[in-house]
Amino acid sequence: MSEFKVNHRDGEGFSVLELKGYLDAHTAPDLETTFQKLLTDKKFNIIVNCKDLTYISSAGLGVFMAYIEDVRKNRGDIKLTNMSPKVYNVFDLLGFPVLYEIYKDEQEAATKFRQQMKKG
Amino acid sequence: MAKSATKTIPSKTGKLLEVREFVASEARDFGFSDEDISKIALAVDEACTNIIRHAYQNNPDHEIAITVEKKKDRFEVSIVDEGRRFDPSMLKPLNLKEHLTRYRRGGLGVYLMKTLMDKVEYNSLGDKRNEVRLTKYLHPVRSRR
Repeated sequence: MSEFKVNHRDGEGFSVLELKGYLDAHTAPDLETTFQKLLTDKKFNIIVNCKDLTYISSAGLGVFMAYIEDVRKNRGDIKLTNMSPKVYNVFDLLGFPVLYEIYKDEQEAATKFRQQMKKG
Repeated sequence: MAKSATKTIPSKTGKLLEVREFVASEARDFGFSDEDISKIALAVDEACTNIIRHAYQNNPDHEIAITVEKKKDRFEVSIVDEGRRFDPSMLKPLNLKEHLTRYRRGGLGVYLMKTLMDKVEYNSLGDKRNEVRLTKYLHPVRSRR
């Protein structure tokens, strides 16, 4: 079993990160590297698809916290989608739904980005 | 069913998965629901992560001993290290919303442990050994919390 994998693809006006496996203190640096690269490439509209994310600890949540401020300063956002109830529960315990937009699926998040881009 | 079981790991984050699997398997044997098993495994992960990062300051050449003790009505996990002592009284109570809106990452693990378990204790065992003891009751009673 591979521990953790991030697949990056670009949509129209946004990037999608698909997370697979478990995100803990050991694998969080991999996700940090990916975010760092997106920011360097000035890609600030980011959808994180958590469909195949099986586990997250506070070290994993910390990665989202480390980048959200920079992303929003650049008029972008990190929108999270497709979370399993188990993973959502950890986000919920730490109050993330107040600060992050969480959607049922990628389509909903993409629609939201398109609406925001139209408004300029 | 064995009343206690111990696993000792080197202080590396690469060992966290093994720790979660060990604790989850013991918690399953004890009769916890899937939800509670996930909570216990996450709490132990958070405790070990804090030890690796703070007590041992990411030095991988130390050890962490994780002992599961199955008591009549409760499941206790003792996590012992020989690193820098963590003084919980130094940690201010966490205002989660304020903490998050200021994008602060530290302290979330301790907050999670307290939320996920029924009891979190920090003990000094002598010989420079520190213990975090996490307790979860099989059938929690509200007044116990």
